[in-house]
Amino acid sequence: MKKTIITVVGKDTVGIIARVCTYLAENKINILDISQTIVDDYFNMMMIADMSTAAKSVSEVSDDLDRIGEEIGVIIRCQREEIFNSMHRL
Amino acid sequence: MININEVLETNKMIEKENLDVRTITLGISLLDCIDSDLERLNDKIYNKITTVAKNLVATGEAIEKEFGIPIVNKRISVTPIALIGGSACSTPEDYVSIAKTLDRARKDVGVNFLGGYSALVSKGMTKADELLLRSIPQALAETELVCSSVNLGSTKTGIDMDAVRLMGDIIKETAERTKDNDSIGCSKLVVFCNAPDDNPFMAGAFHGVTEADAIINVGVSGPGVVKNALESVRGENFEVLCETIKKTAFKVTRVGQLVAQEASKRLGIPFGIVDLSLAPTPAIGDSVADILCEIGLEYAGAPGTTAALALLNDQVKKGGVMASSYVGGLSGAFIPVSEDQGMIDAVNAGALTLEKLEAMTCVCSVGLDMIAIPGDTKPTTIAGIIADELAIGMVNQKTTAVRIIPVIGKTVGDSAEFGGLLGHAPIMPVNRYSCDAFVNRGGRIPAPIHSFKN
Repeated sequence: MKKTIITVVGKDTVGIIARVCTYLAENKINILDISQTIVDDYFNMMMIADMSTAAKSVSEVSDDLDRIGEEIGVIIRCQREEIFNSMHRL
Repeated sequence: MININEVLETNKMIEKENLDVRTITLGISLLDCIDSDLERLNDKIYNKITTVAKNLVATGEAIEKEFGIPIVNKRISVTPIALIGGSACSTPEDYVSIAKTLDRARKDVGVNFLGGYSALVSKGMTKADELLLRSIPQALAETELVCSSVNLGSTKTGIDMDAVRLMGDIIKETAERTKDNDSIGCSKLVVFCNAPDDNPFMAGAFHGVTEADAIINVGVSGPGVVKNALESVRGENFEVLCETIKKTAFKVTRVGQLVAQEASKRLGIPFGIVDLSLAPTPAIGDSVADILCEIGLEYAGAPGTTAALALLNDQVKKGGVMASSYVGGLSGAFIPVSEDQGMIDAVNAGALTLEKLEAMTCVCSVGLDMIAIPGDTKPTTIAGIIADELAIGMVNQKTTAVRIIPVIGKTVGDSAEFGGLLGHAPIMPVNRYSCDAFVNRGGRIPAPIHSFKN
């Protein structure tokens, strides 16, 4: 499994999750887990996604999500899971 | 599984607290380039660097993107050039031709600094070493981003005072040759005691002769992350303070370890070490001085500064060693003046003096770093400052260094502007009493008694 973490941070509006999920489905990226929280009035969402069947590379997906984020006025990041595991797990 | 708070914490460190990997430094041995013909030597050096390092920048950028962590610098260190040019160079100008080759190779592979225009003369100078030393002013004036370092002493050998005295002149001449740019040449020149072979940070990086053919060393950073973590424990006791620093250092270092392993795998070059240093930049919030203030000082330099720095340095190491399989380089807190806005503020407020900085270097890594002094400071005085700093390293069995900039045409009250990561610095006053008779004695200071451990 090739896990990546997708985070969305910004002002809450209609359709953020729908937009991101549509993109992921189109690119054959499977969502394993979704959680969200509100921090300082900002909408924070995290998805754990499996990219092993993805049509594109992590950096291409990262670029695409960046653009989608700009369109809907939120910041979307896509990072490989290892950076979080190495920092928070022994 | 990773939870949302952990993810948000990591991303906050990156976005708001300037967490980054400061440098991936590729060490390249040039020993197999040695040739008695200067032109052939230059060709071999150029070919080796551009072959081994051709994918360094692209690989660094790919890792940056996939993990979402900035890797600020991609750099190269090479075998000390005094050793490589020994049989081909008969004048300082011959050595300068190698410096130009290094700069050309650096430019062509796209890295932002190349270190190793260096000599190791801790006990004495060969003819080649002396030629290299004498070529430094011209080499640094006529190249863009080549860095030079000279190891002048060690706990095992004592201090080569002839070389220390000579470096007083060399630093002054380097300043003269770059006086139109606030003597910036001196920011690319550092002298050491106990120089490490695997330091990834500039200006002192070189690829030691004990190293493999090529190696990846990584320097982590993150003073802003430590400062921010400490904001949540204001007023707590030292135990809580130290635990907080240690845990933060662990997290920061794990990112460095991950990047180092990933780079090593992709480039097919062995992983050397992670250097656990807190390296500041002139950016607001990326300051070691600010950590000292958060620990409880009004300004860096106030009474208590040395103790605060000692505990900071120690906790960074304790957190970091657990996070990485190989730790090396300088590993500690850096206290450059021009590269740290908090240090600059402390100097401007009159809280931080050259003498206090010297005391601080007893308990942290490196030494008198990026300090601007009046342009009319005598070469013998510079040699005296170097001798003092190296004595601290020699006796305490640690690395110490001096990167000092006599800014030609400027004096106390003025400010020198270096730009970019090098920042800007107020000119600091220097003790005006003479040490001429001391540094002109000639010879070397013997190794201290506690170096005889056999």
